[in-house]
Amino acid sequence: MAFDYDKWIRPGKLPHIWCPGCGHGIVMKGLIRAMDSLNLKKEETAVVSGIGCASRLPGYIDCCTLHTAHGRAAAFATGVKMAKPEMNVILVGGDGDGTAIGGNHFIHACRRNINMTYIIMNNYIYGMTGGQFSPCTPTGHKASTTPYGNPDPGFDIAKLAIGAGATFVARGTAFHANQIDKLIAEAIQHKGFSVVEILDDCPTTYGRRNKFKSVIEMMNRLKEVAVPVKAAEKMTAEQLQGKVLTGVLYKDDTKPEYTAEYAKVIERAKAAK
Amino acid sequence: MSKKVAFLQGNEAAAQGALYAGCNFFAGYPITPSTEVSEVLSAELPKIGGKFLQMEDEIAAMAAILGASLAGAKVLTSTSGPGLSLKQELIGYGCIAEIPCVVYNVMRGGPSTGMPTGPSQSDVMCAKWGTHGDHPAICLVPASVQETYEEVIRAFNLAEKYRTPVMVMPDEIVAHMRERIVFPEPGEIAITPRKSPTVPPEQYKPYDTSFGDVPPLASFGSGYKFHVTGLNKMQDGFPTTKADIVQAEEERQVRKVDANIDDIVTFEDYLLEDADVVVVAYGSTSRSARYAVNVAREQGIKAGMFRIKTFWPFPDKQIKALAGKVKGIVIPEMNLGMCSLELERCAQGKVPVLGIFRVDGEPINPDQILEKIKEVK
Repeated sequence: MAFDYDKWIRPGKLPHIWCPGCGHGIVMKGLIRAMDSLNLKKEETAVVSGIGCASRLPGYIDCCTLHTAHGRAAAFATGVKMAKPEMNVILVGGDGDGTAIGGNHFIHACRRNINMTYIIMNNYIYGMTGGQFSPCTPTGHKASTTPYGNPDPGFDIAKLAIGAGATFVARGTAFHANQIDKLIAEAIQHKGFSVVEILDDCPTTYGRRNKFKSVIEMMNRLKEVAVPVKAAEKMTAEQLQGKVLTGVLYKDDTKPEYTAEYAKVIERAKAAK
Repeated sequence: MSKKVAFLQGNEAAAQGALYAGCNFFAGYPITPSTEVSEVLSAELPKIGGKFLQMEDEIAAMAAILGASLAGAKVLTSTSGPGLSLKQELIGYGCIAEIPCVVYNVMRGGPSTGMPTGPSQSDVMCAKWGTHGDHPAICLVPASVQETYEEVIRAFNLAEKYRTPVMVMPDEIVAHMRERIVFPEPGEIAITPRKSPTVPPEQYKPYDTSFGDVPPLASFGSGYKFHVTGLNKMQDGFPTTKADIVQAEEERQVRKVDANIDDIVTFEDYLLEDADVVVVAYGSTSRSARYAVNVAREQGIKAGMFRIKTFWPFPDKQIKALAGKVKGIVIPEMNLGMCSLELERCAQGKVPVLGIFRVDGEPINPDQILEKIKEVK
């Protein structure tokens, strides 16, 4: 039987705002399947976002949803999680929101290792404002504000998350739709700050400026560049040139989780009283 | 039984006031001259099971308290000038999403880094006009350690009652001076609880005006599911650009405060009955003003003081009435004329408004005020 997405979608809130060919809907369906597979309680689950196309996702999901200000999802979510540690807190957003204006909050959420899951839809561009280059736009590529090619080097979001202290880091793509729910479900189950980067596409503002003739071509590119971590182990550096690893890239179960650590602070303070 | 007494700094009193009000969540970022609030609460909140967070920056601290408030916590952040500037976007978020919270801002010299250890009163306009867009503003300006304690409690009460951010803004002198403080007994000062929904979750709308201009606010994790956004929204919390709804919602948000000015505005009349000259003052400056008024009286000048305790909403009605009775208004303030503009607006040209403006990090002394009182003819 086909999966019933409707029970997780707020009645009357569709159609969504995303353009035809955008991968955000694929990610949203993956998130819904993940939440469903874990039997998350809607009332006990907060989905928090910043600003941008991807950040409009919470409005469609029938949970406690918080559409914050640009870049601030992780900071708002930290407040929610610390006030109600028993809640499942899931952050969603785009690459510009998460790694530029929200970059500081992102790395510090990683550092604290607070038990939340952050799904970053990386479509290499600021889509909502019309296609300006983001910290993830590849060097040399075109955006509405890099008419002569992007001079900036880009972030590797997964490496950034690992370096900053996140304890579960995974990467998938909008093409590999069936993997998304599994990565997200594993991330949600992980006790600590988990980051799932989904390589996504923006045909409207990125594809058309960078000689992608169709959405299919963009999707095929995601298919071509993605190499599962297991497969990569058997490949040479030369073979991995231009490829992107997918799957669970990093997992550490030893680093203390923040809400649990703060519970210890409370115990110590009460003992000292 | 005699009441508990202590010798405290304004900032320490603010932290104690927050605890009395039921604050159980604080997020901040280190900044002079308000850091003592963080230090006290980092020690006290965990003792009662509360949470203290030192965030990565001022913006994050503001975001964290808004998130925590939506999850049902009573929340506070503390900061000073540059931090207040950084928090402004999210203060606006708190206004439009109608999230109760208290922002304690110690006024130091500015703009920018300015004079971090010097007193100032130059953030009073920032409290109302700092964030973009039309929005309600409540700002309290205590003048003593005792009053800082009490006004922080009142700020929590107003934040819950009107479901909006409330600012408490002592100048650096009030924040750092030490005075005797008498603590109220538990229950002596009433604490306003959050208006929670009475409808079942499936009927709940976070901005349901059938319950009045201040709709009940549910908490995340309490069985209610709802959506919160910084976009202009409908009563169900979802975004809209429909002109009539946006207009009505914006007006309601501002009306929450504007229609309740008499409930919010507080002030002190000092020797105003027969006064020819009124010194309008707030914060530590009012302490010099009181002294100057006393000396003027000794010298036969009928001076009095109107002390502003609630800067926003501004006490328009009271100032307009005074302007019809006195010969002149004297306004000493540690900025280059901010309250002065409001006084001129309220005085409507009926009486002169004479300012004494200092931004050199030194307090305004009684002699300066007395001199200005004597200029009123």
